Amino acid sequence: MTLQITQTLDARGLSCPMPIVKTAQAIKTIPSGGLIEVLATDPGSVKDFAAWSRTTGNELVEQSEDRGTYRFVLRRK
Amino acid sequence: MGEPLNVVLFSGTDDKLQAAAVLTAGAAALGKPVNLFLQYWALDAFRADRIERDHGLAPEAGAEGRVAVDGLRAAGQASWAETMRQAKELGGVDIEACSLSMDLLHLTPADLDPLVDGVEGVTSFYLNAGEGQVVFI
Repeated sequence: MTLQITQTLDARGLSCPMPIVKTAQAIKTIPSGGLIEVLATDPGSVKDFAAWSRTTGNELVEQSEDRGTYRFVLRRK
Repeated sequence: MGEPLNVVLFSGTDDKLQAAAVLTAGAAALGKPVNLFLQYWALDAFRADRIERDHGLAPEAGAEGRVAVDGLRAAGQASWAETMRQAKELGGVDIEACSLSMDLLHLTPADLDPLVDGVEGVTSFYLNAGEGQVVFI
């Protein structure tokens, strides 16, 4: 099953904490239950997205890594 | 996210301002309120006509540190002022100038960048800090 992504945020090349900051801004623009896909290259983002998801209640649905690019899919609370 | 993060920002060099901006933006992204209290050289760096200027680095940076910081910037890292703006856009970030430092630097509120919300004394800072942590940078 392919997830229906509402919005994609390209945060590649951005250093900490910008991937999270941009995600926190962008997720406000999608409806509750909508999915946002984030691409990042900051290695800290793996732990950061897990922590952000836990704290804010926006579920981390998927995460993967491909040659230094991390992909996260989050569902807006 | 309960109690606020309270940052007393004293230092006016770009590295320390950047560190403060990162802490602020991270907390704001988590929905944690942030109170920033600008004193001395940090306040000077928030002057409208100086905020985008080069504010140098802490002495311990040395020449090697300068190269490292420039490298991060060249790779596209946002400036501390831009990071602060993004943090404020998320909401919950209040930036206040220390009134004693305003006197010290002969500043009026009109001299400050719009990032600064107002001027307050240390008592007001502590009142707003509540039981939250106070960090000095």
